[in-house]
This record gives sequence, structure tokens and C-alpha cells, in this order.
Amino acid sequence: MALNMIVCVKQVPDPEAPASAFKVDEAAKRVIPAGGVAQVVSQFDGIAVEAALRIKDALGDGKITIISMGPASARDAIKHGLAMGADEGVLLCDDAFENGDSYTTALALAKAIEKIGEYDLVLFGRQATDWDAGTTGSGVAEMLGIPSVTLAKSVTVKDGKIAVERVLLEGYDTIEAPLPAAVTISNELGEPRYPKLQQIMQAARKQVTTWTAADLGLDASQVGRQAVRLNLERLFQPVSEVECEVIEGETPEETAQKLAQRLREEKIL
Amino acid sequence: MANGIMVVAETSGGSVAPITTEVLGAARRVADQMGQPVQAALLGSGVEGLAKDLIAHGADQVYVVDDPLLEKYSNDGYTAAMQKVVAQADPAAVLGGQTDVGRDLIPRLAFRLGSTAAMDCLNVMAQDGKVMVERPCYGGNARAIHSFNTSPVLATIRSKAQDPLPRDDSRQGQVTKVDAGLDASAIRDKIVAHEEVAEEGIRLEDAEVIVAGGRGIGSAEGFAILEELAKVLGGAVGATRAACDNGWRPVSEQIGLTGKIVGPTLYFAVGISGASQHMAGCSGAKTIVAINKDPEAIVFKSSRFGIVDDYKKVMPALLEACKKLKA
Repeated sequence: MALNMIVCVKQVPDPEAPASAFKVDEAAKRVIPAGGVAQVVSQFDGIAVEAALRIKDALGDGKITIISMGPASARDAIKHGLAMGADEGVLLCDDAFENGDSYTTALALAKAIEKIGEYDLVLFGRQATDWDAGTTGSGVAEMLGIPSVTLAKSVTVKDGKIAVERVLLEGYDTIEAPLPAAVTISNELGEPRYPKLQQIMQAARKQVTTWTAADLGLDASQVGRQAVRLNLERLFQPVSEVECEVIEGETPEETAQKLAQRLREEKIL
Repeated sequence: MANGIMVVAETSGGSVAPITTEVLGAARRVADQMGQPVQAALLGSGVEGLAKDLIAHGADQVYVVDDPLLEKYSNDGYTAAMQKVVAQADPAAVLGGQTDVGRDLIPRLAFRLGSTAAMDCLNVMAQDGKVMVERPCYGGNARAIHSFNTSPVLATIRSKAQDPLPRDDSRQGQVTKVDAGLDASAIRDKIVAHEEVAEEGIRLEDAEVIVAGGRGIGSAEGFAILEELAKVLGGAVGATRAACDNGWRPVSEQIGLTGKIVGPTLYFAVGISGASQHMAGCSGAKTIVAINKDPEAIVFKSSRFGIVDDYKKVMPALLEACKKLKA
């Protein structure tokens, strides 16, 4: 069976960037874009693309569409998915989408998926590496009225059903659900494949369709700041109150001895 | 008008889960500030007997949905049951734990109710008659305080972020049975197999001492010395996501935003750079000792004690020093 898969990806500031580069504008309640920090595909979303590619490889057939909502630069996140091996891309780009929350994001994604029409499996990263919310996948599933399974470490498709291994704090569950379904992917699935140069060049030539809010039948009162459920009252950087006491010695033995002694003095050991 | 702070209860081994007592503690504090009752939603099969425990831990009113279809968790079954409970109780807020169940159920329930959820919160507050939540974001680099434009507020709370109330069996409360009218054919997602990864020795969540290693350990073999130190101190071994993703340690030992949240007395961070993703999981530790050869490693910023050296040199010496101390 030719499976139609949709992977929703988000472009985020590189979470591997040094923490010292991270600054918040408390008055504007937003993160100050740091110079030199690259915009990348949110880590778990790249793994979600990998999950789709593995399913396509296993079935020997299937179509993968990447959707991203974001500024014009989010086209790069889609292109990365295409270079990994996805087939088509859709960018949801409109000023009206700005300053939304996971509710408004899920609404726009669900409308886009309905507009695409044919879908069997919708995949997401378990949470975006900026807001760490972990809600959008469940939201899209609810709006589409399809079952959702979260935190997958593997997804297989057979006989119109998915079998998902779901990561638990102690072990994992195997969960089955009928298609169409939505699944969020966790890092335990494994590393995403790295696009080859030739694939990057091919992806550069692939078309990415752009849809605005109006294209999705949505007006500004339904998406973006005006429609948020979650109000951001404050955004700040927590201050660490710890003063680090660096233990030094002539030899590792002496250093270790000193540390043990300090831990004893402080009644920690 | 919406009234009450509702806690979605979870059970563990036939009793109320520790995280649920923590969430009840948080709910009690907010409810008292707002002059509202604490409600608990107890879902499952053969669970009614636990209602009195929820009352002893702070609930005024327990809504019980006891249904064989809820014996195992399913997103469809539990969301439908919670929707019924919320419709009947009309709470101002619904709080769950950031657990296997909470992570899956609360967002879906939130969207069913036309809203979204704030996940992994550290705190719940009452301010100007509204419920507000505080949660980490950007991998723990920032904190956000949210209010909701819609009712009810929906959130999950991180384990060990809130204190439970002392159990009080003299507390009085009311138990209400709710018939969720569940239909087996409407439950589409089903757990067909379950595999428990048994932890050897002390559970990470209960350990007083944790010796954790990261990318800097370099190999599975490198963890042997960490295991030895953990053994001598009666503690457990933990790992960063990088160490688990590399296959050096089992996933069950992963500490961090996407793993376990721990709160030991003493936490050794060995060969760990201190990415906020990981520190989010161990910030509940009373004392952190960092051992890292890079003096610039960010981990030192959250550590009480630090040693700047190669762990391969320091750890054997530290093991001996601790052995002597314990002798």
C-alpha cells in the first residue's frame, strides 16, 4: 500500500549553541536572537523525518510531505527534510501566524493537512527544542479526530494499523492503532540520516508550496496572538545561586582526599 | 462558574502514586489561596478504594470513574472519561503529573476542551484570582509564567517540584461516582504489550547519591569506575542523553528533560558539560559535584564543588578516598 505520510517540523535556534549566547528580553518577553546561532530543524523533528523514511524504506513505497509553519527562513527546515529523502514540502507563512501558541499552531497545521487531503500517518517530534511544550502533535490529532500515540521509539505499519513502541520511564509499551493516526517521535528512535551532497542539490530544485492563513480558510482572529489560549505573562532567565568551590591538589589523590574531606565537613557524606 | 482545582490521580502498584501526592499538595495550596475545593479524578478499574487515600492527601472531593475499559491506559479511553469528569465537576484548573500518562493525556484533553496545556510546570500560583503556572523552556535556559485566556487551566507538574501534604486520615471528603459511558469500539489506541526494564539496585528516583556520567566518559567501559563509586556510597548510576544515545547506558538511567527527574542529596556529574537539557533533571539535587577537564564547562555554574581534571585520574583516587571515609 502506498502510504501518505506528513511530517510537521519546526525551525528553532540551535539548542547546541553555548548557553552564554542565550539572552532574554524580559520587557518584550522574547528571546534575543543571538548573532552566529544557526537556525536548525528542531532535533526531535529531524528524527520524525527519519521515522517516516524508515517506514517508506520498509514498505518500499510511500509519499512523505514536510510541513512547517514559520517565517520565510523555515523553508530551509523543509529543504533539509527534502534532502533527507522526503518528497514534497509546504510552508505555512503569514504575519497573522506570529506570536501564537500550540493551539493556534495545531489549528493551522490541521487545516493544512486537511487541505492536502490524503494522509495516513502524521508524524511530529516529541517536543520542539525551543518551547519544549510537547503538545502540538496531540492537538493536531484531536483537531483531525484521529488517534494519537506519543513518545515513539519505533513505528511500523502493517495491515492498515500502526504498531508503536512507546518509551516509558521504566521500559516501554507496544501500542496499536488504526490508520490514519498521529505519532510523536522520541530520540530513542535513533539518529536521523545525513543528506548526501547530491540529495541536497536535488532538494534545492524541489518546489515548496507556500500557504497563507487565507489559503487555509483562517482569518487573523483565529490564529496568532489574537487567538492564544496560553498567555505569556513573563519570560526570564533563572539565576543560579550556587558558588562553585573548586578543589585543587598537587596530585589526583590529594584533590580527591580534599573533596572527600569537604563533603564530610559539610555533613553530605 | 468554574470552581475547584482538579488533580488527575495516578496509581502505582495498587496505591496512590507519589507524584499524585505532590500534585495534590500543589493543588491544596492554590485552592486554599483562592477559597476553592480540591477535586481529584480517579480513573481505572477496581480503583474506588483509593479515594480515601486521595482525601487523606488533600482532596475534598473525589470523582471516580471505575470501568473495566480503563484497566489499561489508552489515550482515547482516558480522554473521554476525563472529558465527562470535567463536564460534571467544572473545575477552574486540571493538573496532572509530568508522567507517562500525564504527558499523553493532558495535552489531548486540553485540545478536546478547546484549549492547550502548559507541560512540565515547576509551580502553580494563584494571582489576581487566576491560576498561573511557571515552566522551564528553551531546554531549561529560560522560565515562562503563563496565564490562560480560556477555562479550565490545564497543566502537568514535574515530579519532585512540589511537596506533598503529610497524610491525614482524619480528613473528610466526598466521593462521587461518574459513569463515563465508555464505548469499547471508540477506544482506538490499545496497549498490546508491556516491557519493564528492571533497574538493578536502587531506583534513581529514590537514590540519595547518584554518580552520573556524560559524553566525556567516552565509552561504556568508562562507566565501570562510576559504578564502583555508586556501590561504595550506596547510590545509583545515572547518565545523560548523549551517553544513552551512544548505547553506553540503558535508557532507564537517562536523567534530564526527556528522561528522569531526580533529587538526591549528592549528585556527581562526571564528564558532563552541563547542557540545560540535562541539568533540568538534576537541579533538585541538594549538592552537585562536577568533575570535568574543561574549566569552562557550564556544569560548574550549578555545582557546589568542582574538580577540573580528567575523570580517569580523579575517579580512582576519589573511590579510594570514599572507601576510607566509609570504612
